[in-house]
Amino acid sequence: MLPLISFRAIAPGMALAATACLLLLLDLLPTRGRKDHLAVVGLAGVVLSMILSLGLWGSDERAFNGMVRLDGFALFFNLVIGFATGLVLLLSIDYLRRQGMESGEFYILVLFSAVGMTLMAGAGDLIVIFLGLEVMSLSLYVLAGWFEGRLEAGEASMKYFLLGAFASGFFLYGIALIFGATGSTNLDRIAVAVAGGAARDPLLIIGFGLLVAGFGFKISSVPFHMWTADVYQGAPTSVTALIATGSKAAAFAALLRVLLSALRTVQPDWAVLFWGLAVLSMTAGNVVALAQQNIKRMLAYSSIAHAGYILVGVVAGGALGGGGVLFYLLVYTFTTAGAFGVILLLERDGREAVAVSDLAGLATRHPVLALTFSVFLLSLVGIPPTAGFVGKFYLFGAAVRTGYVWLAVIGVVNSAIAAYYYLRLIVFMYMREPEGSPTVLVPSLPAGLALAVALWGVVQLGVLPAPFLDLAQAAVIPLLR
Amino acid sequence: MLLSAVTFLPAVGAVVIALLPRGQERLARSLALLTALAAFVISLPLYTGFDGGQAAYQFVENRDWMPSLGIAYHLGIDGISLLLILLTTFLMPLAILSSWHSIERRWKEFAVTMLLLETGMLGVFVALDLFLFYVFWEATLIPMYLIIGIWGGKNRVYAAIKFVLYTLAGSVLMLVAILALYFQHGAATGIYTFDLPVLARYVMPAGLGQNLMFLAFALAFAIKVPMFPFHTWLPDAHVEAPTAGSVILAGVLLKMGTYGFLRFSLPLFPQSSLLFAPWIVALAIIGIIYGAWVSTAQPDMKKLVAYSSVSHLGLVMLGLFVLNAQGLVGGIIQMVNHGLSTGALFLLVGMVYERRHTRLIADLGGLWKVMPAYSVIFLIVTLSSLGLPGLNGFVGEFLILVGAFQWNWAVAALATTGIIFAAVYMLWMYQRVVFGEVTREENRRLPDLSAREWVVLLPVLLFIVWIGVYPAPFTGVTETSVQALLAQVQAKAAATTAAMVPK
Repeated sequence: MLPLISFRAIAPGMALAATACLLLLLDLLPTRGRKDHLAVVGLAGVVLSMILSLGLWGSDERAFNGMVRLDGFALFFNLVIGFATGLVLLLSIDYLRRQGMESGEFYILVLFSAVGMTLMAGAGDLIVIFLGLEVMSLSLYVLAGWFEGRLEAGEASMKYFLLGAFASGFFLYGIALIFGATGSTNLDRIAVAVAGGAARDPLLIIGFGLLVAGFGFKISSVPFHMWTADVYQGAPTSVTALIATGSKAAAFAALLRVLLSALRTVQPDWAVLFWGLAVLSMTAGNVVALAQQNIKRMLAYSSIAHAGYILVGVVAGGALGGGGVLFYLLVYTFTTAGAFGVILLLERDGREAVAVSDLAGLATRHPVLALTFSVFLLSLVGIPPTAGFVGKFYLFGAAVRTGYVWLAVIGVVNSAIAAYYYLRLIVFMYMREPEGSPTVLVPSLPAGLALAVALWGVVQLGVLPAPFLDLAQAAVIPLLR
Repeated sequence: MLLSAVTFLPAVGAVVIALLPRGQERLARSLALLTALAAFVISLPLYTGFDGGQAAYQFVENRDWMPSLGIAYHLGIDGISLLLILLTTFLMPLAILSSWHSIERRWKEFAVTMLLLETGMLGVFVALDLFLFYVFWEATLIPMYLIIGIWGGKNRVYAAIKFVLYTLAGSVLMLVAILALYFQHGAATGIYTFDLPVLARYVMPAGLGQNLMFLAFALAFAIKVPMFPFHTWLPDAHVEAPTAGSVILAGVLLKMGTYGFLRFSLPLFPQSSLLFAPWIVALAIIGIIYGAWVSTAQPDMKKLVAYSSVSHLGLVMLGLFVLNAQGLVGGIIQMVNHGLSTGALFLLVGMVYERRHTRLIADLGGLWKVMPAYSVIFLIVTLSSLGLPGLNGFVGEFLILVGAFQWNWAVAALATTGIIFAAVYMLWMYQRVVFGEVTREENRRLPDLSAREWVVLLPVLLFIVWIGVYPAPFTGVTETSVQALLAQVQAKAAATTAAMVPK
């Protein structure tokens, strides 16, 4: 039977892909060296894709023989990915020029990675998840090493690529074993097979373990996190933001699809595993972050810890836990893109200001920027009335609801530990004076716009989150049917 | 709308000040004072319009916030919170005025953080939704952190971080307990809500679950109070904080802890409260005596006052957990008294520090000769703090001791020794600072109180005397609410005990 083609089902991703192809052509037109227009066109594509997602709201269908799903879940993630990609495009424009690395391919690769992400979010089949994963990852491998000639950029790209290739290998082998155990790679059919008794098949268990290794790498959960700090540090800051937000969100989307739809009947079994991963990620991430002197590395360990928090929602499962994960990923996208966005505007002695001590005295010279950064940091800690608080509240609430009270306790204790290193940045900004030449803010209109959007997100989701909470919760329902 | 107006007026002022152009430090300062005064003025109708004969919450506002989770914007006050709200709005303008010259840089930021802090504190006292309460509770952390960390003394960063980490560590567990309560109530009744009056009607089975929730709440509150042995952050925070920060910290912020016990722990977890009451009383007694002893040995006036807070708040906790009407009313009045007396003490210490840049008792002495007016006021405040009859401290201490005596005479006797020690350390400090000859040349030319300092101190003195001479307007508004609270606790405790008998 020929696959049922439905462009409707992949419209948001198609919009991104078409824009990327258009950019490929536009890049060939002779311009006076500036590539801003490519970013603008790319941004228009992202906005178009988000509008399409909103327009398709309420659909629930399967296309391409069940390979692709168009449901609230996919659409919600399309919005998250849209925000992440859009913010990253805005942040990159002046930043790349300043670093002397402006080039059209950058924006094209960002868009292609976004295509991969939407594919993962809307996947109904392990093969499609893998395709999306590869489209996303291959673009990100290149982007991570964008600052060619810099030592740490080479390290970042190489490490990300090699370890990522291993993770993909594991992932693919896992798919093969699951296919062996259940006779299908389609999530629905796997669900039927698992409910029918395939759950005890060692092939399935090993295959699933390999899938977890692949996912664990992409969400940077301990013990698959080894690459995170080096890649976050070496990649251009706007790419770091994309890796931290968009790629993490997409990986969680695919993970939730596998867990909540294909393996729902055996939830107690995998919940134990993710319980351990969550505790390890939260604790190790936060403890190691305490010792970091480089802000990008610190935020890398913070992102590992946040993967742990989000896994708390995965463990809880169901509408509440799943809704918590979705809402938190939205919150985390705004918060983290904003935090990296602030850092990328700072320079000291002509180099990027990424050391914690570079922040000294920022509040006196750039009070608005310091305040903005503080809001993002407080959201990462989870202090009300920022979005981070509502997000954690929801996640830990789901854990308490499903009886994982101790997991919630470990989570909140971890967020208290984490307060130390986030507040340390505020200490430097507000309570210390700089030694030597001060850090300067390099103004950039698009980046300012991006920060304003991110700030809006953090405040909106913190003060009036009700519509978004309902949206996140509604988006999980299709998975649970 | 009145409660929202009182609560958020300071925040609105903070936003306006934040939007002022750079360099407008003087304007920021005046606007901050004006906002705080305005908040005080509009909070007065809360008292005049308050019906003391009614136990129900008054000035209630209730709007949906996140309806799908059962979270509402629910405000209201009763006799327990009314005085604390007035105390907050009363102390804030004084604290701002006391900082007029002592805060030398970044006045604009200072004004913004102080006013945001006021909104947070008021929110804690008016919130009747557990989620909303927690939001305000946590929101007070950051402004206080900045006040200590930016405008504090030499070790300010250490003290600020210690303050935040201690209080945050305590309150996150409370968050888990709030969630557990929410889901337990939801599972039992089918109504998922964070609304305090609704949750307080729920009769929770006694046992491990209730005890754990009680302990999680109690830890958060005990750190804030601070009760022995969770008090170690307090001396650091007080010593490093600027005068205004100390005044607000001692005057209002600590009361958030004692208030939390009253508003949440007692009605939500009555059996556990009864079960753990002896332990809390024991810690309170230890705090009273230990705080007093340690105070005696302090060479630094500010640290002495800080440790005296540990002792005084031990007394408040004693009053609350003997669980009878006298003790509770005494505890509430003593919260206000401590806010006034200790607030005034910190103001006085700050005034000397502004002149001499030292707080060491040994560096002073003979101030009576150079600053007579200051010394007289200092004497009145000292006597008020140690509970001299006729001044405010006596009223609260007396009621608490009456309550404690009904509970157990030995406890009352031990608490009384703490009060005797209070006389020792306070009077001894006063003697060394004020009496005797002027031993140091630098102290010979100190100017007496300025007009501004008179304005700061006189209102506090007024209330110190007023409460001492005629406490009825203050105790009167609390009594009905206290009786209602006690009746609720006893009824709920009896209800579950009765339910357990048929087994």
